[in-house]
Amino acid sequence: MTISRKDIEKVAVLARIRVDEEQVSALEKDLGNILDLVDQLSAADTDSVEPMAHPLNAVQRLRADEVTETDQRASFQAIAPATENGLYLVPRVIE
Amino acid sequence: MQWDIVIGLEIHVQLATKTKIFSGSSTAYGAEPNTQANAVDLAMPGTLPVPNEQAFRYAVMFGLAVNSEIERRSVFERKNYFYPDLPKGYQTTQLERPIVGPGYVDIDLSNGESKRIRIHHAHLEEDAGKSLHEDFHGMTGVDLNRAGTPLIEVVTEPDMTNAEEAVAFAKKLHSLVTSLGICDGDMSQGSMRFDVNISLKPKGSDTLGTRTETKNLNSFRFMEQAIAHEVERQMDILEDGGVIEQETRLYNGDRDESRSMRTKEEANDYRYFPCPDLLPVEIDESFIDDARSRLPELPDARKARFKDQYGLNDYDAGLLSGDATLAAFFEEAVAHGKDAKLTANWIQGEFSARLNAEEKSVADSPITGAQLGNMVTRISDNTISSAGAKKVFDALWTGENDNVDAIIDAKGLKQVSDTGALEQMVDEVLAGMPDQVAQFQAEEDPKKRKKMLGGFMGPLMKVSKGQGNPKLFNEILLKKLGG
Repeated sequence: MTISRKDIEKVAVLARIRVDEEQVSALEKDLGNILDLVDQLSAADTDSVEPMAHPLNAVQRLRADEVTETDQRASFQAIAPATENGLYLVPRVIE
Repeated sequence: MQWDIVIGLEIHVQLATKTKIFSGSSTAYGAEPNTQANAVDLAMPGTLPVPNEQAFRYAVMFGLAVNSEIERRSVFERKNYFYPDLPKGYQTTQLERPIVGPGYVDIDLSNGESKRIRIHHAHLEEDAGKSLHEDFHGMTGVDLNRAGTPLIEVVTEPDMTNAEEAVAFAKKLHSLVTSLGICDGDMSQGSMRFDVNISLKPKGSDTLGTRTETKNLNSFRFMEQAIAHEVERQMDILEDGGVIEQETRLYNGDRDESRSMRTKEEANDYRYFPCPDLLPVEIDESFIDDARSRLPELPDARKARFKDQYGLNDYDAGLLSGDATLAAFFEEAVAHGKDAKLTANWIQGEFSARLNAEEKSVADSPITGAQLGNMVTRISDNTISSAGAKKVFDALWTGENDNVDAIIDAKGLKQVSDTGALEQMVDEVLAGMPDQVAQFQAEEDPKKRKKMLGGFMGPLMKVSKGQGNPKLFNEILLKKLGG
């Protein structure tokens, strides 16, 4: 399986990663190799295998609905780049 | 050209748990910003989610109430997208194995028919935080208190064909989740939010048209308006020979306008994959049996009981049984007021009108069901007239006094029902109105006679200082006038 430049550019946008023009060729090769490996795996007959949702053969433990957390806003906001009136400030987002 | 309208709904229902779906932070509404957002909610490195059992219990209760199969082994996926009110960069949700499988809800329509709306599935997921776009020096403020609040997203099949059906379904769902007690149903605080998928196809055609999604409608009225607006918009485009673009739209109810949010070209590619932080959740039979044992009386059953137990007609029973709080208010009132029909009339009349006028919900009502019931008792036993009852109601509502009998005494609202005294008053009034008496006796049209009879009531009320029993006055009048 091959991956196109366009695919790489799209994935980069979705992942919010800046990919320079010269990196794209290298990525084309690297990602192509990974996809080839996946193709090999796809060749295995899995008809009788139930898909796994998790590599561990265990089930999730649930927690009782009780408040266990206290307000630690001051500590969290001490390491935030910008806050005001208790809000975290981020570069302006417009829908 | 004639068109068929096809509507499907997606409804986000905030679950009324004490804590978040994956952390022990409180979900209480109205806290100071970010005081209920802990390390898990903020997506701090090294944290792990632990699911809230109550969220699963509520989801299972919902599934049982809408006749769905419960998924015994449900799985969480990550839905990846970037937005500042989503600190992890993905929403933890369910895609392949949602907790609630296919089911259905029956809705009642205004033509008296009922229609079955199929539910495709309902899944558990987490809510995002809130972005505040007011100007913070050109920046956006983020409050993450809501981030991680448990939601079920209910997805219907495209079974609705007009706004009435869609709104009826939405109301029925609201009635269900509030009756179950799994959601507070407060739409003004976003506890239930509706997305409407709409497409048009030529009448009778089997091929679905391209659909649009109108997001985040938070009132039944806006939902109805948004559907009408979008149907018209699509019809205009199609009839001009245009094509509908698959897109997400935002509706502004205050202006009755909508605008495109994103089109398919730039549609998000969510790259779902199973969440490695969460193991599959297994629901066993005893968990489901326990959830089933917690199901309260549901709206359909309550409606049937109201008809049966209180002799209400279909319309009254439907209106009073839908909302769990209103139904409880009614039952408390009837327990004190006995006359169910009269109680129902007062609740749907004066009581609802007052709530609407003051934008209050039943839970905020200043008067209790017991008070209303006591008042109705005094109407039924002829102690007060309905005009007097209005004054009692006012005094209860404003909190002037909380005791019905004390209000009746204090305001002198007690009707005179002593026939002897009333007869004397009638004689006195009739003696003063000889012309009207003659006119009445000469009139043969029963309708006009009835109207003329009303002409004597004013003076009688005046003479009795508003305390004469109108029913008895009427009887005495007819007797004296030879009616």
